[in-house]
Amino acid sequence: MTLHIVNKSPFETNSLETCLRLARSGHCVLLFEDGVYGASKGTRFEALLTEAMQNCKIHVLLPDFEARGMKADNLIAGIETVDYLGFVDLVTASERVQSWL
Amino acid sequence: MKLGIMVSEGPYQHQASDSAYNFTKAALEKGHEIFRVFFYHDGVNNATRLTVPPQDDRNIVNRWSELAKQYDLDLVVCIAAAQRRGLLDENEAKRNGKDANNIAEGFRISGLGQLIEAGIQSERLVVFGD
Repeated sequence: MTLHIVNKSPFETNSLETCLRLARSGHCVLLFEDGVYGASKGTRFEALLTEAMQNCKIHVLLPDFEARGMKADNLIAGIETVDYLGFVDLVTASERVQSWL
Repeated sequence: MKLGIMVSEGPYQHQASDSAYNFTKAALEKGHEIFRVFFYHDGVNNATRLTVPPQDDRNIVNRWSELAKQYDLDLVVCIAAAQRRGLLDENEAKRNGKDANNIAEGFRISGLGQLIEAGIQSERLVVFGD
């Protein structure tokens, strides 16, 4: 399994869209830094993420989400939260880590 | 597990230096081994001891030095990226006829081969950047 880590807002670059298009079934995605904006409810990316979650697990780094003034109940349903320790666990549980810089 | 880290963004730019530090610290606290942290491109600026951030702000450079001391970390700065950006150790300053050096404690300057080696020796390589 590959872990994809996305650190840019989907409103700034298309790295999240590209990542979700290329991620294979069973892969994991972690949104962190400005990437967390993609995890918030009610944006034009919500449908894309909801669809992606049929094949992939999507996580968000909660400290980065909260640092931007959002709370866990602003998350799109199905997205799981992790802290830095959880980030480490995602890395060790994956065979490789792909950074979408 | 043995992990390698690469940082390719300077401190206080966006968040890569902070993310890399927090990830490295969390991995060490969980008992994982960090084979090496490799600083590349603007990431080499994480290693200058001349930064003086405001006292109520985090000191990104010192934070790396302290973590390196605590866990005997190998913090490696890419030599070509460092020379372009004016980051020198004593040897490099002498070799290039410069009057000072600015590398922080716990960092060392070496070549890109160290990144390749980290990629080979580590079970996972995690890249933080811009």
